[in-house]
Amino acid sequence: MSDNQAPQAPKALRGIGNYIDDRFHLAKTAEKNLRKVFPNHWSFMLGEIALYSFIILLLTGVFLTLWFNPSMSHTVYEGSYERLRGVEMSEAYASTLHITFDVRGGLLVRQIHHWAALIFVASLVVHMLRVFFTGAFRKPREINWLIGVAIFSIAIVEGLFGYSLPDDLPSGMGVRIFQGVLLAIPVIGTYLSFFMFGGEFPGEAIIPRLYMLHILLLPGILLALIAAHFIILWYQKHTQYPGPRRTEKQVIGTPMFPGFALKAGGFFFFTFAAITGLSAFVQINPIHLFGPFTPTSITSGLQPDWYMGFLEGSLRLFPDWFDFDIGGYAVVTGVLVPGLGFMGLLFGGLAIYPFLEAWITGDKRAHNIADRPRNVPVRTGLGAAGITFYGVLWLAGSNDILSHTFQISLFATTWIFRIALIVGPILAFIITKRICLGLQRRDRATLEHGYESGTITQLPGGEFIEVHKESSPETVEVLQSAKYQGFRTVPPTVDANGVESPAARGFLGKLRIRLAHWYTKDNVSFEDVVPHSALHGEQRTEEKAGQH
Amino acid sequence: MTDNTNHNDADKSRERVIGTPTSEGATLATAEDAPHRRHEGPYPAEETHVRPEEVQRRGERMASLWFLVAFLAGIGFFVSYFMFPANSDGTPSIADPETAQWANMLLGGTLALALFSIGAGMTVWVRRVLPHYEVSSPYDELPSSEEEKSSFSEFFMRGAQESGILKRPLLRRTLLLAMVPLGLAPVVLLRDMGPLPGDKLKRTIWRDGTYLVVEGTNRRIRAEDLVPGSMISVLPEPDDPEHGLSMNDQAEAVTILIKMDPKDFGPGMSQQQLEWTHDGIVAYSKVCTHVGCPAALYEQTTHRILCPCHQSTFDAANGAAVVFGPAHRPLPQLPIRVDEEGYLVAAGDFSAPVGPTFWDAGVED
Repeated sequence: MSDNQAPQAPKALRGIGNYIDDRFHLAKTAEKNLRKVFPNHWSFMLGEIALYSFIILLLTGVFLTLWFNPSMSHTVYEGSYERLRGVEMSEAYASTLHITFDVRGGLLVRQIHHWAALIFVASLVVHMLRVFFTGAFRKPREINWLIGVAIFSIAIVEGLFGYSLPDDLPSGMGVRIFQGVLLAIPVIGTYLSFFMFGGEFPGEAIIPRLYMLHILLLPGILLALIAAHFIILWYQKHTQYPGPRRTEKQVIGTPMFPGFALKAGGFFFFTFAAITGLSAFVQINPIHLFGPFTPTSITSGLQPDWYMGFLEGSLRLFPDWFDFDIGGYAVVTGVLVPGLGFMGLLFGGLAIYPFLEAWITGDKRAHNIADRPRNVPVRTGLGAAGITFYGVLWLAGSNDILSHTFQISLFATTWIFRIALIVGPILAFIITKRICLGLQRRDRATLEHGYESGTITQLPGGEFIEVHKESSPETVEVLQSAKYQGFRTVPPTVDANGVESPAARGFLGKLRIRLAHWYTKDNVSFEDVVPHSALHGEQRTEEKAGQH
Repeated sequence: MTDNTNHNDADKSRERVIGTPTSEGATLATAEDAPHRRHEGPYPAEETHVRPEEVQRRGERMASLWFLVAFLAGIGFFVSYFMFPANSDGTPSIADPETAQWANMLLGGTLALALFSIGAGMTVWVRRVLPHYEVSSPYDELPSSEEEKSSFSEFFMRGAQESGILKRPLLRRTLLLAMVPLGLAPVVLLRDMGPLPGDKLKRTIWRDGTYLVVEGTNRRIRAEDLVPGSMISVLPEPDDPEHGLSMNDQAEAVTILIKMDPKDFGPGMSQQQLEWTHDGIVAYSKVCTHVGCPAALYEQTTHRILCPCHQSTFDAANGAAVVFGPAHRPLPQLPIRVDEEGYLVAAGDFSAPVGPTFWDAGVED
């Protein structure tokens, strides 16, 4: 076969290669990096969607800046859009109309920018959930998890500021709510608001300032964080799911060159195509229908971008019962807790979770094999509880729409969501944990007896049995991973002489032991399981020594 | 360090990979299937599942077809671009919203098709022409060896010792001291971002004698213009009718005017609050005391004012007290009276600071 010999590199390519290598000594590094292996699994592309959406945001954002005028000075619109001719508005709003109705492709690029932002945050969230549920945040990847949480929080703020720029009616209302939350901050709130807005609301400074943050500072920080995220990932390599040959020592997958580069390239185009297709056929943020911002008007049924929905919902749900004052000075918990507290809870909780879990379990090992969520029921349950909490807040952000759609009293929806916010996560935790434990039991049964084939056989004695068949070696490998996944049991805290170990003493030590017990107590034991033992009665020696 | 270890690791685990079904086992020609023509690629043959030539050939044709579609769609994109001119001289122009929608669908549709086709072509290329890879690569051992660590530690501490930062504290402390003013400079430099709040949040432009005008017009209002059960949005009459009110003035001064049967006023209204009304007409700030949206919805049978943002609900018949939702303070009331000609005028500023509650909202200056 002709392709059995490595072909000679073309002269031009050799020339370029030598030119670069003469200056940077890169041949070895380049080969090493082009040989980098990416595990084959669909869930690893979620982060890719986020990365590609971000690239699309940068490209389309640059296009929009060519015409957008971030100014709040007043103008009377004289552009092409007839229905608003002669209406007083800000330059920002007028230039957004210009992009929509006077720049060819402007509407499309605006919609691509908006859809890409929605998908950017959505894919961040789903990617983060994948990392959470599979324990991919564990040592040595905690730092990259923290960077991810920072990217998530900045992305939301970046989105809010971008949404505010066109100065249409809903976006101005978003800014007003932002200012209302600032004002509620004790002692410094009014100062923050006056500095941010250059005086009273709305002033003429806020849009130029948000513009600077939106196109320069925040994207710069995001770009740096995304680069750091990527470099760390590259350096530490991906986690991988359990399977044949996949161990803590070696990763199996498609190498960067030529396989993954082409695969990822194709996926970039798919992502771009999906966002462009949405922008072509699904209208988003039609600011020309909303009209310019005035501080005196509002329409009902307004919905923020989806990632702000949970804040909107928390502001609606949280009652004023806990507002108090200190010597006449107001502490507006009804705004502070839902406006800032829940956000702090979300991002703070995400940020400390890897460290909290490592502290509870005392697990100091490095992990490259991702956990199957069922094998870590408490973590999976906590994740489900978190999703439920977030989901209830998010739904509550559209309680007026729900109330209208389902003909329920508005105040009743508020109460339903208030109760669901407390009960929902608890139920989600219990149910999810039970499901995980059930799946663990089934895994154990499958491992021991093979899978149910659906074939019923009559034994000579007249008894009917269902024939169990032997699972594939791959399945056995995956099921066996339960033996080492997550954190199975609490190590003894008392040594052979009955002396309590130092780590188990004191309040924190005792708390830790109790939490570790709670974390592991219900796990199904896989210790003594021999694959298909009941089926064949033969002892298999699995060479899993390399794994732990 | 990872360059050559690939091969060794692969050798060790070779017996495990052969015969292991892959997701596409049926279409793959593994090294085992065709031992007579061992594949020579960049990666070990056992880790590279080469597709049969027939599959590759079909893949090539399919991918090229997609690339051709992408090319045509790309041409279509330019056609749609020039089909719809930007200004209204030509027809059809994107200045017309409906045409803009069509232009958007054609531009976006062709672009999406072009992008999708490139993605599809590349994916077919990967899945039909390229081998399926199960290449192994070792994870790096993360902690350095004890020798490396102690060597580094020793080197670093010797360097630190030599620099003097350890044994010359004066040097260390004065450098830190020198940094303090520079560190504060950026904070100080931001001082001019805005004025100090002072009492600006506590007063509005309403004065005794300011005429109430209907928002959006500059028409003064007579008490008898209002029908019972009605609610309108009003602003103070601007000093300069040419330019109207600034956004800031509108944002703080916007007021709702509600007319109801005077007998409907409940016990929540103090004697003074009743004196601030005129013949069943009561005026409240339109700015919600929660986070500042316009509380614009009014239900006349229950006299309830609802803010559509977070659904704070106020009772207009009882001093706009909060009856539901997250707001804590009632909407401030604007005292009103009629002048000699029967026009509604303010009798002073609002009874309390307007808008979202802030730290010193309840404190008199």
